[in-house]
Parts: sequence; C-alpha cells; structure tokens
Amino acid sequence: MIIENYEAAVIGAGHAGCEAALALARNGIKTIVFTVSINSIALMPCNPNIGGSSKGHLVREIDALGGEMAHVIDRTFIQSKMLNKSKGPAVHSLRAQADKAEYSKEMRRVLERQENLDIKQAEVTEIFTDDEKNVTGIKIRTGIEYKVKAVVLCTGVYLKARCLCGEAITYTGPNGLQAANSLSESLMNLGIKIHRFKTGTPARISEDSIDFSKMVPQYGDVPVVPFSFSTDPEDVQKEQVKSYLTHTTEKTHEVIRRNLDRSPMYSGVIEGVGPRYCPSIEDKVVKFSDKESHQVFLEPEGLSTDEWYIDGMSSSLPEDVQTEMYRTVPGLENCRIVRNAYAIEYDCIPGKQLKHSLEFKDVHGLFSGGQINGSSGYEEAAAQGLIAGINAAMMILSKEAITIDRSEGYIGVLIDDLVTKESSEPYRMMTSRAEYRLMLRQDNADLRLRRKGFEAGLISKEQMDALFEKEESIKNEIERVSGINVKVTDELKEIMKRAGSTAISTGVTMEELIRRPELSYDMLSPVDPNRPDLSKEIREQVNINIKYRGYIEREERQISQYKKALEQIIPVNINYDNVSNIRIEARQKLADIRPETIVQASMIQGISPSDIQVLMVYIKSMGSRS
Amino acid sequence: MINNEDTITAIATPRGNSGVGIIRISGDKAIAIADKIIRSRQGKSLDLFSADTYSAHYGFVYREDKILDEIICIVYKKPGSYTGEDVIEICCHGGMYVLDLVLSLIQENGARLAEPGEFTRRAFLNGRMDLTQAESVMDIISSENEFSRANSMSHLTGSLRNKISEMREKIIHETAFIESALDDPEHYEIDEEYKSHLNDIVSGIGSEISDILKRSADVIYLKNGVDTVIAGKPNVGKSSLLNLFLGYDRAIVTSLPGTTRDVISERISIEGLVLNLIDTAGIRNSSDEIESIGIEKTKEHIEKADLVLFLMDASKEPDEEDRLIASLIKEKPCIVILNKTDLDIRFGEDRVEEIIKSPAVLMSVKERIGEKELREKIQSLFIKNEIKDKDIYITNKRQSDSFKEAALSLSRVSGSIKQGMSEDVYTVDLMDAYARLGEMIGEDISDDLADRIFSEFCMGK
Repeated sequence: MIIENYEAAVIGAGHAGCEAALALARNGIKTIVFTVSINSIALMPCNPNIGGSSKGHLVREIDALGGEMAHVIDRTFIQSKMLNKSKGPAVHSLRAQADKAEYSKEMRRVLERQENLDIKQAEVTEIFTDDEKNVTGIKIRTGIEYKVKAVVLCTGVYLKARCLCGEAITYTGPNGLQAANSLSESLMNLGIKIHRFKTGTPARISEDSIDFSKMVPQYGDVPVVPFSFSTDPEDVQKEQVKSYLTHTTEKTHEVIRRNLDRSPMYSGVIEGVGPRYCPSIEDKVVKFSDKESHQVFLEPEGLSTDEWYIDGMSSSLPEDVQTEMYRTVPGLENCRIVRNAYAIEYDCIPGKQLKHSLEFKDVHGLFSGGQINGSSGYEEAAAQGLIAGINAAMMILSKEAITIDRSEGYIGVLIDDLVTKESSEPYRMMTSRAEYRLMLRQDNADLRLRRKGFEAGLISKEQMDALFEKEESIKNEIERVSGINVKVTDELKEIMKRAGSTAISTGVTMEELIRRPELSYDMLSPVDPNRPDLSKEIREQVNINIKYRGYIEREERQISQYKKALEQIIPVNINYDNVSNIRIEARQKLADIRPETIVQASMIQGISPSDIQVLMVYIKSMGSRS
Repeated sequence: MINNEDTITAIATPRGNSGVGIIRISGDKAIAIADKIIRSRQGKSLDLFSADTYSAHYGFVYREDKILDEIICIVYKKPGSYTGEDVIEICCHGGMYVLDLVLSLIQENGARLAEPGEFTRRAFLNGRMDLTQAESVMDIISSENEFSRANSMSHLTGSLRNKISEMREKIIHETAFIESALDDPEHYEIDEEYKSHLNDIVSGIGSEISDILKRSADVIYLKNGVDTVIAGKPNVGKSSLLNLFLGYDRAIVTSLPGTTRDVISERISIEGLVLNLIDTAGIRNSSDEIESIGIEKTKEHIEKADLVLFLMDASKEPDEEDRLIASLIKEKPCIVILNKTDLDIRFGEDRVEEIIKSPAVLMSVKERIGEKELREKIQSLFIKNEIKDKDIYITNKRQSDSFKEAALSLSRVSGSIKQGMSEDVYTVDLMDAYARLGEMIGEDISDDLADRIFSEFCMGK
C-alpha cells in the first residue's frame, strides 16, 4: 500500500544519513529519512569527539561543501582543542568534545526545520527496482511502500547488528537499539555483496565513582577556533569542561592476560574483522606486549549526564573482568560501570561495488554512504553521506555527478580508497593517507572545495562572492610582500634578534624574511608600514603559502603528474580475458573492480607493477589495432 | 599480450668461433619447431611434445635428410622458463657457420629473429623478473668485458636489491613513526632527540648512496668505456698517435657499425679500460681538421668527451691555434701530450700551465717514446678507487638518476631539520626518497605506510 510519494529516501539518520537527507532536501528534492528510533538521530554511540587528526580536516571540508556537521558541533561543543599546533599547518587538527545529547537534539532540530524533508521512525525492509535495476521504491516493516527515484543507504552498524560483552550476546544495535535484520537480504537479492566488520566501545563510568585527584587534568584551548568557516569566532568563546589523563598499569595487563580466554575476540566467537587503528585494550596488551602502560583519557559524555567515556580502553571482555580491569587504573579504583564496554558486529558492503559518486555500479539510483561502506568514524560517515546525498540529488536533477579527487580533499582520498581498494577492516581517515597533505590543509578547505559546494547547490551566491574576495586578497598580499625590499632598521634588527634569526644585509625581500621558519608574516608587521588591514584567516593563508611554497610547489608538481597519469583511460570495452600473461588473480580483480584508469588499477591491492606493465602494453596494442 | 602468436629465436651465446653455441627459441611454436627439425641418428622423432620440462635430449638437426649438426636440446615448458613461455635451447657444436645455418632453418619453420633484449622483455612482462633484474640482464647482453659481466651477475643475485630494500626499510620505519606521532599526538612525540636520530639516519643513507654513485662512476667507465677526443692542430701527430694505439692493440680493435654513437669509430683498450675514440675518422682523413670540420664541430665533440688528449708540438712555441683549442678544453679532464720530443724541446712540461691546467706527458709518437707514461696517466685519471667485484654498483642511467633523486630528497629532510621546519614536511621528502628507491627495484608504495603504522605503533582509542 502506498500512502505518500517522495523523490528520494534516506535509510538511517546517523551522521551520514543526516548529511545525505539535508543535501537532497536543500536541492529542492522531496525527501524522507527513516530511522529505527527518533531518539537516535545523529547519535554518537562511541566517543564524544568530533574532529581530531585528519577527521578535523573532513569536518572542515564538509563545511566547505555546504554540509551541516561543523555548524552543529560549533553550537554544542563543551571542550575544543587544536591538535598538533606545535607542528606544521598541514597537520593542525581541530577536535571538539560534544555534549552528545545536545548534538543529537540540535541536528534533529535542523532536520525538522528543513523544507522538503520529512522524518519517519520505521525500519526499511526492502528496496524495489525495475527490470533494468533502476530504484523504484522501498517498503517498511509495517508493509507500507514508498515510491522513490533514489535511495541512499546510511545504515551504519545496524544491519544484522550483534553486540558482545564477554559471553553475553544481544542481537541489537548500539545502546540496545533495534537492529535492522531484513535489509541485508534485500540488498543481496539485488546482487550486492555483503561482508562483516566489527568495532567496539569502552565502558561509561559514573562521575561520583571517579577519583580525579589521581589524574592529570586536560584543558581546552583559549581562544577556541570554530569548525565552520561561517561561524563567528566570538560565538564559540565559552567556558569549557576538563577531561583527564590516566594510564593502565602492570596490574591491568595482568588481569587482561589472565582472562583472555573469556574475550570473544580471542575465543573465536567474533567473526567480524576489527580495526587495527582502534584496537581494544586486549589487542593492545597482546600485540604491544613490551609496553608497560597505555594512556587512558576520561571525557565527559555531556553536561546533563553523570557518565564518563574511558577513551583508550574499549573491550569485549565479560562484565566481571571489565570491572576488575578498570579498577586497576589510577583514579578508577572504586569505579562503577554505568554501561559496559562491548564489541559490535554488523553487515556492510565491500566498497568496490560503488562508483566514486557513491552510487552502486550495478543498481541505478541506489547510493550508499557511511559505515555501511566499510568506514569508521562520525566524520568519515558524514563526509560520505554528504557526497552520496549530493549525487542522489544530481541524478534526480539530471546533472553530472560531483566527485572529489585525491588531490582536492581528504574526502576524495577517503572515497577513492573505499571504492578502489580491497578493505579488510573498518577504514579510518589518517593524514598519512593523503599524498597531497601540504595542500589539503584544514585552514584552506573553503578555498579548495567551495566551488564544488556551489555546483552541488549547497553554497549560496553570496558565499561564493566572499570566497572570490578572499582569494583575491590573498593573491594580492603575497604579490605585495614579494615586491618589498626590506630596509634594515633598528626595529627590524630587534625583531629578528628576539626571534633568534641571523642578521641580514640589504637586498632581502619581505617574502624571503617571512619564509624563515623562526619569523612569520604577523611578526614582521611593525616593519611593513603599508600593510593593508587583513583578517586573521587571510593573514594565515599568506603566511602559510609563503613559508611552505617550496614544499607546496613540489607537491603541486606531483599532483600535475598524477593528473596526467589519470588521463590514461582504460577502455570500457576491455575484456580482461583477452589480456593473456597477466596473473589470474590480477585478471579477476581487474574484471571485478573495472578500474577506469591506469592509476586506479595500480592502486588495487594485489595488482603488481608487472601486471600494470602488461595492461598498459595491451591497451596500447588495442589502440593501434582500432 | 604483445605478439602473443610470435615465436622468437636468436643465438644466445656471444658471436665468435668458439666450439659450442646455443640457439634459443621462445614462444608457443618453440617445441613444435624443435620437434620438426631435430631427430635421432636414425631419423626418428624425439617426441619433444611429451618431454618433461627441464629435460635434455641428444639428437641431430636435419635440413630435409641432411644432418647439419649434432646437438643437445633442452626443453623448458611454460611458465617455468626464462621468458615464462615454452623455451627450447639447442646446444650446437659446429661453430659460427653451422649456428647460422641452424638459425635460418628455425626461421624458415616459423620463428622470427628476436629483437635485442626481447627474451628479457618477455621475461619481465610475464612477471619472471623485476625491473632491476631485467636491466641487469640487458647489461649482461651488452657488456663487453669480464668485469661488467661480474657486476651484472651480482645485480641478478640481488645484492643491489638487498641494499636498496635495506634503505627503504629504514626510511619507511621512520616515516611510520612520524606519521603515528602526527596522527596520534597524545601518544607519540617528536622531540629534539628524535630529530637528531632522524638526521643521522637520513645522512647515513645519503652518504651510502653517494659512495655507491662515486664508485659507480668508475664502473661506468669500465663498462662503457671512456669517450675520448684527440685534439690538436694539424700535423701535430694526431693520426700517428691513433695508429700507435691501434698498432699495439690491433687484436681488440672493434668497429661498431650501426651503433647510435655514430661519432665513435674506434675502440681501443688500455689495460682493460676501453677508450672510445670520437671522430677518429676525421683525424685520419684530414690534414687540416680544424678548418675542415670547423670550430663548432670540434667544440661539440669535446663537450661529449670524458677525456681529451690534447697534442701539442714540444718543438715549437705554442701559437694562437693551440690557445684556441685549449680554451675549448678548459673544463674537461685532459692530458696534454707534448709530442715530438725527438726534436729540440722548446716548450716543456714546466710551461704547460701557461696554456692549460692539465697533467702533461712528454712523448715522441714517432719514436714510440712516452707511451707507457701516457697509459698510466689515463688509468690513474679514471680508476680512482679500488673496485672489488663483490661490491654494489649502479650501472645504468635510470638507476643512477633515481638514486640521485633519492639522495637529494634525503638531503632535503636534513635541511628541513636544520632549518627548524615543521615535522609534517619531513615525510614529503622521506616518501619521495622511498618512492625513488622503489622505482629502482620496480616496487610501488601503495599501502606500505598504513600497514607499517598499524603494525609497529600502537594507535588510538
């Protein structure tokens, strides 16, 4: 039975689903977003942080493209820190602790107020397509059907979810929320391959059972830097909460080792593959047995709750062992667990079934974003949800898909890795995955991606005008300082002496001085009388661009070479069975993934350089024959 | 793949009248061809189709009913052969003339003559060897003396490869540490002590590379020879000098028809060091060479040269022409030969530096006086280091270019540390060096780093 029609449906209202739904609705597309529980919109079931190393970059990029995450965290954070501030600008990473409940409420409000967008609490059980595999509609648990042109899957960890806490197993999603047990089968009926991943979360401990005097307090930054390019920095200066640092002890490790046989991960009960970058405390103790202690951070879950998150000690050990283990940590000797640590297993899809637009290669109108694609993390999910939502909108509007290249943003690296590489564990963003890190900084995400956001219908004309103005000012100021010959005055000598910079004679430009690591654009302002009055953001760009020019130019050169290589296209009609002398494994993989270019082919795991050589020779011979 | 249907053949042993020679056939038809032309003494088929791989068969090569040679034939079935295809090797005994007859017979039966290096290319494309190995084989094919052959062999056994792998190992470990610290600043710290450790590592690898390159320069001369120009004004004795060299070394004079370096017309050997004499034809034919080929041409030849032998007349005062030639040579390794010491010496060794700052030898080319001294001077100019066979050398341009790039990237890391640049730029150049070294052994970098970070450093929550 059909009650009402929509143009697009988004399945799931986590971090991916919210961005997808908003991207669709903001493009004027009549959209419905389904969630198994109205109280779990933009839920943060694991850590209370948004951002952090490389994830902070993603949030900035989401903002540049016109997504929502940055706005919501700017309104709901309770502590904020710029990580790696002592290191180079490319690895500066903003991380905020959210008030989880507020974050969820705030995002729900944004969804509720969005025109063209309806929210529905229901479990989607089936996706319909026509004979040519075009999406035509969906069905929910009650039997009601909805006709739609596009579906975006943002199911997170809910597909056939199973939680494990020692010997205790429950068939639920996070926090006892209902799992989605029917949709996997519908996906498989559409020819979609499914595999199983796992992840985990530490315990939550009640505040009055913690002895904070035995821990080191950790403070937020003053002043706070907002995530969103459009947030006024003055609006985010507020009182912040403390978090605390403690550590595991030899006793902790002893408790874990003694009880390893009761961990479902080591007893073989868990089938899913867990992430190496986010190991459980059992994993850390076993794999890094030479380390006598691991750091543990305690972070509050919010202002309206008593619960504290134990960052660094996720586990799937049984409850009694967990209690014993946590109580060996200084400050937690008398701790009471409110919610146990647990591991969760779920169905997800190998990402290589997707195009770079996050549409399925073989099901037209079906898009997929977030943890279902094999990623982990709120920010990775939101970034994919945004791109999947944008491209579902573009499809409905009959416009070209919008994709982001590896050289344009972390989002590009994330999606390219997910859809071309074989993944055997949940994928987390890391700055080291970005080849062009010096250019892909969090401070210039707007300069890199606003144009795409405008194309995607999520950035206004006014925002674009502001961007053009900013670009112009940066360019002009860099030109100006490179033309100034610095006069060696006493004032300059004093500034340089204070900075420990070696003295200069005449004939040095302002630009050359700024380039010195110990000096900066701002430090030299007293000896630059004609300097225009520029905003902090613009001054920062001028400074970074000048300082890192040599490195950035080297990267730019690499990018242009890379783009050239990208142009080598693999003909779509290639039949890999005819490419003899290529290893069977490689041939199967190529036929399976069908890379569009040589570069993509070379990035597939298990494809060797000599396979690529053979492939290139074959393509050449194809060309010369035709 | 390319020429899939092609079967190729060539004489695999060096040309020359040695007793035994091997002809190799590779491709789908290799076994069929061998089976057709090789029979037993009684003329019976050897049934090579059902022969085991790596089996040897005694027989005779027949052209129709006539026996051309008595041979041993070895069967290699794909993919376990050198090229990865079916391969037949026929060991003939009849010398060069017979080898040529057998080769044409094989061609008549459906194989085509292999292009230079084609066996190796097939081996590479079929995944039988990596790039370094393939290039080393190419080097073997083109190597002309025993030394360079031994060096090529050591590449094959992988000592260069091991060295490079070891360097890459160090680089990726440090990169993974830095990346872990950037990714998880709350757990890993890059302090001053680490920076100085990193500086030691990169400078260490950098100096290893430059040592290898330095030694390799000598090796490259040993392998490829020293491009040499004999310069001097007309009638100073250039052709006599050439004839002196050739006369003494006639046995190893090689002419190189069809070589790409068309200006080289003679190769001579001085105690194992080969001199490629540039444009010696011009010297022989023209009595007033400077005028006939022009200053520009001379200049061009001198620019290409590794060594200039500059002949001057010791019996006369130097003139304008001598000074002009000297000015062209200035920057080049040069030995001044003061010829005609059989006449009265007017311009001796002590005055050479008026013209050019180069070592000089007194000679009478006509009387064959001073030749030994000249040879010693040439040797000492090019073989500066003791070369041991076991050591590792870079012998081709691609490898030495990649090596230089890697060293440059590593020196940039040191530079960044010294200048106090931020830590995140270190890895740009570290990974660049890693990639360059990877090119040398045909390995790429995808995923290496992430794997390292996870396996060596305990990350995250």
